[in-house]
Amino acid sequence: MGNFQIKVQPKKYDAVIIGSGAGGGMAAYILANAGLKVCLLEAGPNFNPAVDSKQLQNPWESPRRGASTKYRPFGDFDGCYWGWEIDGEPYTNAKGSDWEWWRARMVGGRTNHWGRIALRFGPKDFKGKSADGLGDDWPIGYEDMKPYYDKVDKLIGVFGTNEGLVNDPDGIFQKPPKPRLHELMIKKGATAIGVPVIPSRLSILTQKLNDTRGVCFYCQQCNRSCKIFADFSSSSALILPALATGNVDLVVNAMAREVLTNRDGLATGVSYVNKEDMQEYQVMGRTVILGASACESARLLLNSKSPRHQNGLANSSDVIGHYLHDSTGADMGGIIPELFDRKRYNEDGVGGMHVYTPWWLDNKKLDFPRGYHIEYGGGFGMPVYGFQWGIENLNGTYKVKGKQKEAGGYGASLKEDYRYFFGSHVGMAGRGEAVPRFDNYCEIDPEVVDVYGIPVLRFHTKYSDYEINQAKHMKETFSNILHSMGAVITWGGDDGPEDNYGLHAPGNIIHEAGTIRMGNDPKKSPLNKWAQAHECKNLFNVDGGQFVSQGDKNLTWTILALSLRTSEYIVDQLKKNNI
Amino acid sequence: MDRRKSLKVIVLGTVSSGLLLDACKTEDKKTIVTKMPKASEEKHPGLMKEEVAHLKEVDSYTYFTPHEMKTITILGDIIIPKDDVSGSASDAKVPDFIEFIVKDKPENKVPMRGGLQWLDMQCLNRYQNSFAECNHKQQMEIVDEIAWPKKAKPEMQQGVNFFNLMRNLTSTGFYTSEIGVKDVGYIGNTPNQWNGVPADVLKKHNLAYTPKELKECISFSS
Repeated sequence: MGNFQIKVQPKKYDAVIIGSGAGGGMAAYILANAGLKVCLLEAGPNFNPAVDSKQLQNPWESPRRGASTKYRPFGDFDGCYWGWEIDGEPYTNAKGSDWEWWRARMVGGRTNHWGRIALRFGPKDFKGKSADGLGDDWPIGYEDMKPYYDKVDKLIGVFGTNEGLVNDPDGIFQKPPKPRLHELMIKKGATAIGVPVIPSRLSILTQKLNDTRGVCFYCQQCNRSCKIFADFSSSSALILPALATGNVDLVVNAMAREVLTNRDGLATGVSYVNKEDMQEYQVMGRTVILGASACESARLLLNSKSPRHQNGLANSSDVIGHYLHDSTGADMGGIIPELFDRKRYNEDGVGGMHVYTPWWLDNKKLDFPRGYHIEYGGGFGMPVYGFQWGIENLNGTYKVKGKQKEAGGYGASLKEDYRYFFGSHVGMAGRGEAVPRFDNYCEIDPEVVDVYGIPVLRFHTKYSDYEINQAKHMKETFSNILHSMGAVITWGGDDGPEDNYGLHAPGNIIHEAGTIRMGNDPKKSPLNKWAQAHECKNLFNVDGGQFVSQGDKNLTWTILALSLRTSEYIVDQLKKNNI
Repeated sequence: MDRRKSLKVIVLGTVSSGLLLDACKTEDKKTIVTKMPKASEEKHPGLMKEEVAHLKEVDSYTYFTPHEMKTITILGDIIIPKDDVSGSASDAKVPDFIEFIVKDKPENKVPMRGGLQWLDMQCLNRYQNSFAECNHKQQMEIVDEIAWPKKAKPEMQQGVNFFNLMRNLTSTGFYTSEIGVKDVGYIGNTPNQWNGVPADVLKKHNLAYTPKELKECISFSS
């Protein structure tokens, strides 16, 4: 039990799992609880939210007051190590490509700081091609996945409400928190113009789930990771219980280099670099499960060449790395004059929106084929670096306590302005479905290696008019909602065709998927419907790589459900000696 | 009450089986397993070793000269003075914060040093003294030429940019200090029971929870 360094490991595990995020964590949990011996490799260092979270730290306890760094791009309190750039681990973009790649390096991966948004796919999300001829259908459907979504809801917990929406299916929900003031105003303004607003669905425990996880106490800091495990992080909810079984050897600071195979083309284990001594190690297993994140898992397979797998492991389809897609994103925000100079109270809720808007329109009547949901923000936030930055753009435009002031300034009058505007901001962001395309892809860069000598990825991605038109629609919708609720737009209102209506660069939303997709035809998909490689039956993928498409649903809940399903299949197959 | 103690009180209040009581029984296998070793040395809990190294590097030298710090302090206290609600920027140690932040975010080094130099040159030309050596009336004269972006003369624009940066850095440093957080009235960051918008606030904005929301959302009895 516990965490020890492996050199030349004679022990043969039932499974070697690469990556301890949502997918890898679930696989470790299921396999370990089934009595199987697991070696879990994690490229980053240890992270236990109970010990390492910055939850409840005051802004002045950070020397930079919560500002972002390259180590924590989402802010100094954020619970994620690394992000857009990692020292010693470059990646490249082909000319004209603008992929932005987020990589966490820590036990639990990016589930330590994620948005907690837990949305099931609906029936339509699995069968996009059948609906509009674009992309491909998944080889499975909602009916295959429903039992696993139900299990994940019960195992990990999510709040929300059953609304009877066909494509935003009912689940096993805990009670949601009441909307906050800005959310009530959003609900009123949006509903008045036909945009629905319903309780959000977040993986935060508002009610007791089990004996090892606490119940939310509304500090609004989920992104810091939760010391009492009230929100889902793979580290706290899956890895720690998996370790408790005694069946998991967790190896941290282990950068996987390639998957090893034998003459028959079967996976035999993983070769990795120990980052602390820069030596190479190998660990053997009856199965190899990739959960390193969509692009990293693809990279591993492409780098695992052998005589039997000359294009990379399990890649005679030549599809690995292709069909790369992300959620689309565009946003807008402003201020609500009705909320100037408002009464102070503790407005902290959960660390995310209490309400949201699921996709509500018929794409057949629009100039883009797929939908988006809307996420909302606002309210009194803890002051951090950047607090009311640029007040010179605000305090001359609106009367402050009935006085027309000159923009900018200083002094007691300026202090009055900061108090006056605090808590009057509101913002919204769309998260939509992009159409996966073969010609959006990542491949091995022929010239560049990282500091471990592992060839890096080179990206080729570009959005199409489908995504650009969707972003344009988002902006129109946001503008209408903001006006309807009496808000004034202060940012995000100036985008236009010249900048794709503010559509974020691909990869920037951090929902990358599709690079090792599943499908029934081995010529078009590396994986079968069990996320098992067609050409290597003891090789599996449990992260976003396996996704054929991603709806507008954020990936994590489906990653967890798929990994649970695949892991139960692996347990079954191992016990039958089929793999 | 220490935050972490109040945290235990809230959790025990909401979890009927006494989660944290269980956690004290180290033999019980069902409890939270804390056998994973800590991520980093005790001195910097939860920090990456690269972050610790970066902090060491930043703290290893001083950027601003004593003269520059004096100027920053005077400007900071003009921007955020003591008033009847709270103290000044220097009361909140904002100059120390500014020293740290330009080393942590080095893109600020040139604009800050250059802005301070520009300001001193303006004062030397007009008053034959650096800004810090000018009297209060002279200091406020030059500040008034750069503190109001919409009224400033075109030739003062570099000064306007510098003063905007000083205002933003000063206010960021102030409102993230203990004094400033209290001043602006943020009262969160503590274990809480979110029971919805207070009734008087709902009334003021003519809003209400629907019967559906009251039924389906988490409630706490007051």
